[in-house]
Amino acid sequence: MIVRISGEGQYRLADDDAERVDGLRREALAIVDSGSDEGFVDAFAALLDYVRAQGTLLGDDELQGSDVILPPADFSFEEAGREFTGEGLIPD
Amino acid sequence: MAGLTGRMSTVVKAKVSKLLDRAEDPGETLDYSYQKQVEQLQNVKKGIADVVTAKKRLQMQESSLQQSVVKLDTQARQALSGGQEDLARTALERKNVAQTELQGLDTQVAELEEQQQKLTDSEQKLRAKIEAFRTKKEVIKAQYSAAEAQVRISEAATGVGEQMADVGLAMQRAVDKTENMKARADAVSELEAAGTFDDITQLGGGEDDIDRQLKQLSSQPAVDSELEKMKSELGSGAPRAPAPQIAAAGEAPADGEEAQQPIENGGQA
Repeated sequence: MIVRISGEGQYRLADDDAERVDGLRREALAIVDSGSDEGFVDAFAALLDYVRAQGTLLGDDELQGSDVILPPADFSFEEAGREFTGEGLIPD
Repeated sequence: MAGLTGRMSTVVKAKVSKLLDRAEDPGETLDYSYQKQVEQLQNVKKGIADVVTAKKRLQMQESSLQQSVVKLDTQARQALSGGQEDLARTALERKNVAQTELQGLDTQVAELEEQQQKLTDSEQKLRAKIEAFRTKKEVIKAQYSAAEAQVRISEAATGVGEQMADVGLAMQRAVDKTENMKARADAVSELEAAGTFDDITQLGGGEDDIDRQLKQLSSQPAVDSELEKMKSELGSGAPRAPAPQIAAAGEAPADGEEAQQPIENGGQA
């Protein structure tokens, strides 16, 4: 399984890790849905830390799509609460 | 967060498949993709240059505000030692406003610095991926049948496309931040244009509209306490008697020295 942390890079994780990653993601998401930011920073950091610790960083010469794309590490609670609307630099 | 995760994947896939649909022949697709990637790299560079420009603008405002703080502090001391307490208070109010703006600019310059570093890192990563794509496309062209090449191109293009979308996202966040900062920078420019931080001695006695607005902006307790402190440093109350004009050296003992080091009690900075 390939997981990208936006702004950081792609990590290769064992397929068995998918469940744990998903669990941590749901925990962070539940906090966002609750509308209170208490615990968000820690929960989100735990998710990213798990990916970094369990995964191996993909080399720059490996060209693969990711199975999961996670927001950047400095992602704020406010940003998490609203949809991203921009489409970046990819040409139409 | 789920929204972002899902949306980003969707956008990337849509963009990549659009790229691949442009040309029928896999060889053509490869060259076209590569050409597009190189173009996008130029856009990233331009984006970084924009962030640097925004940062420089804020830094210029910072240094001009710093000069104003020094000047206003000096003038407050001169006014006070000359017995003109009202004028001293006005100077301190303006200094207070300038210092508050300065703090805001400091934070923003630091944020832009961080954004710039991240974008530069992302640009290097994207460059490396594009280079890998260039190598790979020659291998694919030479070694694979059309059908198989199509699959491999798709994989490789997705890998690069995703990196590009990621840089695009970082760029967008940087631009959003820069926009927010522009509002503050413009506000500071307006204050400067209105003469807020100009030579206080040219104001004369009357209170104008700017003064009234500034009194609301500046924190009065901070101004009061700084005024008191300045008084005690000058070693007297405010001698109301035969007030000398605002001049460099007054009669208070510590005066000459004070004028040389005006911001030692920058206080709430």
